[in-house]
Amino acid sequence: MFDFCTDPDSLETFRWMACYLTTGKHMGFYQSFATVLILLAVTAPVALSFGFGGAMAARSRIAPLSWFGKGYIAIVRGVPDIAFFLFFVIALDQLIEWARHKVICPDWTDPIRQGNDFVVCSAAKMPLGTAPQWIHEMYGFAIAVITFSIVFGAFAANVLFGAMRAVPKAQLETAAAYGMNDRQTFWRILVPQMWVYALPGLGNLWMVLIKATPLLFLLGIEDIVYWARELGGTKTERFTDYPHGDWRMWYFLALLVFYLAFTRVSEMALDKLMRKLTHGQATTGGEAQRRVEA
Amino acid sequence: MSCIDIIADYGLRSIGIGERLLPRSDFTLCHQFTLIGSGMIWNIYFGIVALVSGFVLATAVAVGKAARSAWVRKPSEWFIFVFRGSPLFIQFFFAYFLFLSLKQSVPIFAPFTAAWLGALVVLFLNTAAYSGEIFYGALQSIPKGDVEAADAYGMVGWTRFRRVIWPTMLRLAWPAYTNEAIFLFHATTLVYFSGFPAWQQRGDALYYASYFADKTFNPFVPYPILAGYFIVLTLIVVGIFGLINRKLNRHLPQNSRQKIRLRPNLIR
Repeated sequence: MFDFCTDPDSLETFRWMACYLTTGKHMGFYQSFATVLILLAVTAPVALSFGFGGAMAARSRIAPLSWFGKGYIAIVRGVPDIAFFLFFVIALDQLIEWARHKVICPDWTDPIRQGNDFVVCSAAKMPLGTAPQWIHEMYGFAIAVITFSIVFGAFAANVLFGAMRAVPKAQLETAAAYGMNDRQTFWRILVPQMWVYALPGLGNLWMVLIKATPLLFLLGIEDIVYWARELGGTKTERFTDYPHGDWRMWYFLALLVFYLAFTRVSEMALDKLMRKLTHGQATTGGEAQRRVEA
Repeated sequence: MSCIDIIADYGLRSIGIGERLLPRSDFTLCHQFTLIGSGMIWNIYFGIVALVSGFVLATAVAVGKAARSAWVRKPSEWFIFVFRGSPLFIQFFFAYFLFLSLKQSVPIFAPFTAAWLGALVVLFLNTAAYSGEIFYGALQSIPKGDVEAADAYGMVGWTRFRRVIWPTMLRLAWPAYTNEAIFLFHATTLVYFSGFPAWQQRGDALYYASYFADKTFNPFVPYPILAGYFIVLTLIVVGIFGLINRKLNRHLPQNSRQKIRLRPNLIR
């Protein structure tokens, strides 16, 4: 990175560190922080829309649809989350390959499950064996995003379902009295009002989502945990210009600090948003604000 | 090989009793049920020991956070913030590598690099922080009248805490604490997926479930089995905590008792 980095052995501590922290591999490490942020930026809206759909389905008058919605909400209760992460990734991957197999190779006669193996024709592999590396990485990342969205969507559905029920009934009855049909009542009266009730739950969910991002590592993505283990491990002079002992402890300390800072900033932002939303509301929070101002 | 033999061979495999080698082929449903069930021993061990020891520290931390002196309050606040603000996954990794480097200079730390003790310490501190926050919230919402009544009876200090404040705090916190307990049992599945290695393939339930999923390329059997075991465990926890809740609320009229409501919770 810097031009004095040509001979690391001769450098004093500070410059050595400056060179060490800007090697190509470390750039990969810094990029993986971006991976985490991208994951959050993509997952949050997708999970929210899954949650919205789930809550709508659970409220539905059509029985099977309502069962589906309630089942989706209930699915995450009672079972460790991490099991879902491990399960969905393989299940989704196999589902996609199985579907492609059925379409692309209809005249394939061998069974797909041969004992302990899962075999599809090579044209149905996802991604194709010949695809470049970045496609494989993108595919893995996309599967991870879908998995996160399904699991967090269930939680969001639970929050939104509760929020929809918290909107005062009188509001909906008034809408009906004005001659609005169910659809109009839902979109014009219920949805705009439910967010205040949903925000504490959704904020909580956001914090949980932040803290769930290291699980990317389990899904085989080269995320910050992967790089911290990789870079922190003992390096000898044979393989690198920057030999050092086992520094994994320090790398994970850095990750710990990163997450603490991230959750702290989020907490403050959510507090601010909540203050704004409760402003002028006929709730205890809004009342307390009014009294402070007066 | 009948299912009884398999249970005899693998029933206690996770704590090192029975067959040494894991099955490598011809996995039957019985194999999967037995081994994953065997792994549950670890989940239950981590859950119960961390919960009981964490309870004591949680009470101390909650009282500390509610204290007036900044010297007591600040450390408690920081303790809660650090353990609630960062992912448990990273905490496991950090603790493992911390113990590894401590081991080099202080040999006493050698057992801490094994999951049974090292991961337990992390879980203990983690649940203490989460429960501490719950107890702190309950401390803040103890009815003023209760404390005033205790004062009127001439209770002070330790007596007042033990006979009035602490029981009321527990009663108010119990529904939330039940969820925390369930959540902690779920969190025990993280142990063997972060830093701490499974010595001689003695892992927890998820460790074996993913072993089968890897070997058979079929996630549709082991993970539902795991889910089934955890649902049973959750029901047992809810049952026990419900009994304690009844006891804590026994002096109240029926309709003003607090009910335990299950709230789904995810990753910490």
